[in-house]
Amino acid sequence: MTQAALSQADRNAASRSPEGVGRGVGGFLRASLVERREAAIVIVAIALFAYFTAASSNFLTVPDMQNLSQFIGPVAVIGAGEVFLLVCAEVDLSAGTVFVFMPFVVYFLDTGLGVPLILAIIVAVAVGALVGAVNGLITTALRVPSFIATLGMLFLLDGIMLIASNAAQLTMPTSGTLSSVFGGWGWSEILWSLAVVAVLYVLLNRTRFGMHAIATGGNLIGAAEAGVPVNRVKIWCFMLCSAVSGLIGIVDATRITVLDPGNTGTTEMFYAISAAVIGGTALTGGSGTVIGGFIGAVVLGVLFVGLTIVGISANAFILILGLAILAAMVANVQIAKLSQKRRAAT
Amino acid sequence: MSAEALVGSTDDAAGRDDILRVEGIAKRFGSVVALRGVDMHLGRGEVLGLVGDNGAGKTTLVKILCGYQRPDSGRMYIDGERVELHSVGDARAKGIETVYQDLALVPQLPVYKNLFLKREIVAGGRLGFLSDRKMRALARQYLADIKVNVPSVDAPVDRLSGGQRQAIAVARATRSEVKILLLDEPLSAMGAKESALIIDLVRDLARSRGVSIVVIDHNYAHVFELCDRINVIHQGRVSFDRQVAETSLEELTDYMVSEYRQQVSSGRAER
Repeated sequence: MTQAALSQADRNAASRSPEGVGRGVGGFLRASLVERREAAIVIVAIALFAYFTAASSNFLTVPDMQNLSQFIGPVAVIGAGEVFLLVCAEVDLSAGTVFVFMPFVVYFLDTGLGVPLILAIIVAVAVGALVGAVNGLITTALRVPSFIATLGMLFLLDGIMLIASNAAQLTMPTSGTLSSVFGGWGWSEILWSLAVVAVLYVLLNRTRFGMHAIATGGNLIGAAEAGVPVNRVKIWCFMLCSAVSGLIGIVDATRITVLDPGNTGTTEMFYAISAAVIGGTALTGGSGTVIGGFIGAVVLGVLFVGLTIVGISANAFILILGLAILAAMVANVQIAKLSQKRRAAT
Repeated sequence: MSAEALVGSTDDAAGRDDILRVEGIAKRFGSVVALRGVDMHLGRGEVLGLVGDNGAGKTTLVKILCGYQRPDSGRMYIDGERVELHSVGDARAKGIETVYQDLALVPQLPVYKNLFLKREIVAGGRLGFLSDRKMRALARQYLADIKVNVPSVDAPVDRLSGGQRQAIAVARATRSEVKILLLDEPLSAMGAKESALIIDLVRDLARSRGVSIVVIDHNYAHVFELCDRINVIHQGRVSFDRQVAETSLEELTDYMVSEYRQQVSSGRAER
């Protein structure tokens, strides 16, 4: 590690230049924008919400709000998991597939083997964590970039799912109150989602683990030199992302009741990463916001449901999603540049 | 026994109360001899500059001192006691801290979290909830103690100047029980004002806190500003050992040039 550090140090020698600290009245607004990246996306979310409420009397109604909440749920939870990986400068492309795969695990345990439903759910979430551990080990111990490692895992899980189900649709097992809690009741999905997002927010911002994840992504070599177990931190983040994706997958499948092996889960995964990015999480590691990711999911949901209600084809949603991601990334880069300029100016 | 009294004393007088002493340190990598018997000592509260061109063995010596590599032969004493360092953690446990040139800071984390990285103050046992208020207060207190000025302990490190970052890295290394501090090019890529800040910090740590410091640097002028004594590592040995007060930049430069001339066949040159 020291060897790496010393040679790294030699290479960095030229690139470091002294910088001042930005101040000034005019800089305050920009400063708050830089520090609170969520602020901009909150405004966008509120504006969209207001627009659709005004454009259609159907938007702000119980059934549509429930639809909205059911769109937001999975995207927000998988997105929060992805934030942890993006913070570590990694990514999990298999999270969406874990999301659709774990209900199958519940099905085969419960309907197939007669395992009690609650136990089947717990085991399935644990299997999710295990998938994450494998992703993490392939990335850290075998040094395969996470993009490739999790891409492989995506197809692997998809293949297993197709073989095990014989590519036929199945019915999610249910059991009274338990199933109501796990997605059967219309609002349960968003409650699970809010709970997971709240826990992950605290984990990232208020605990030693979250701080170590930021350190790992912010300066891998430096964190390791300081004694942070960077590989272990990454593996935990992979496990966390997969476990919560599996959990919300089970909730989502219980609500829908149909298990469709034709769904690879990539749509959910891309929405989730989009939500994280639109919410202000950079892909460079070292920074990320769980709350931003949640609001990003809200924006996507409002767009998706809102456009459908005002009668614009769902295809337009895809177009707008593309524009939104591009706009968010351009804003991210520009804001970073702006803060650099502020520093250089003094 | 007065630690401060020895600062700036002559070589012979420093002998008995050295915090660190190495004898006959040798290291070879295959057929390449990196170190061929280094004898070196470091007084309490002394700032020692290690200079030498690339390939002279400077880097290897530092890696041995910080526990990253083990020498093939030779002895090392801390506080007069024979020690063998098996790892960086081992060296750390014996009070040797290293500040690498990349500083090992996390740019996105605030100053106080960088100061406490891996030594966080937490509540809630295994859950590890950060005690931000305590860490902030202690960080403020400690930075004031060693006279390091930052806009705020809440400022992310990437908002700080190069000098302030260096100061934070040094502060982190010295916050715990540190006897020997190894600094790798602490003044690189820094303006005059910034350099003055770090020079003051290093001198102050040595003088009033009794930290013994080894500075590794390519830049002779930096070493003259920072150090009490200078050792030149040349072809795997300490070939020049003078108090800064007893030598000059001219003498050192002349010495290095004559060493180069003798070494022309090897074709090595300063970058």
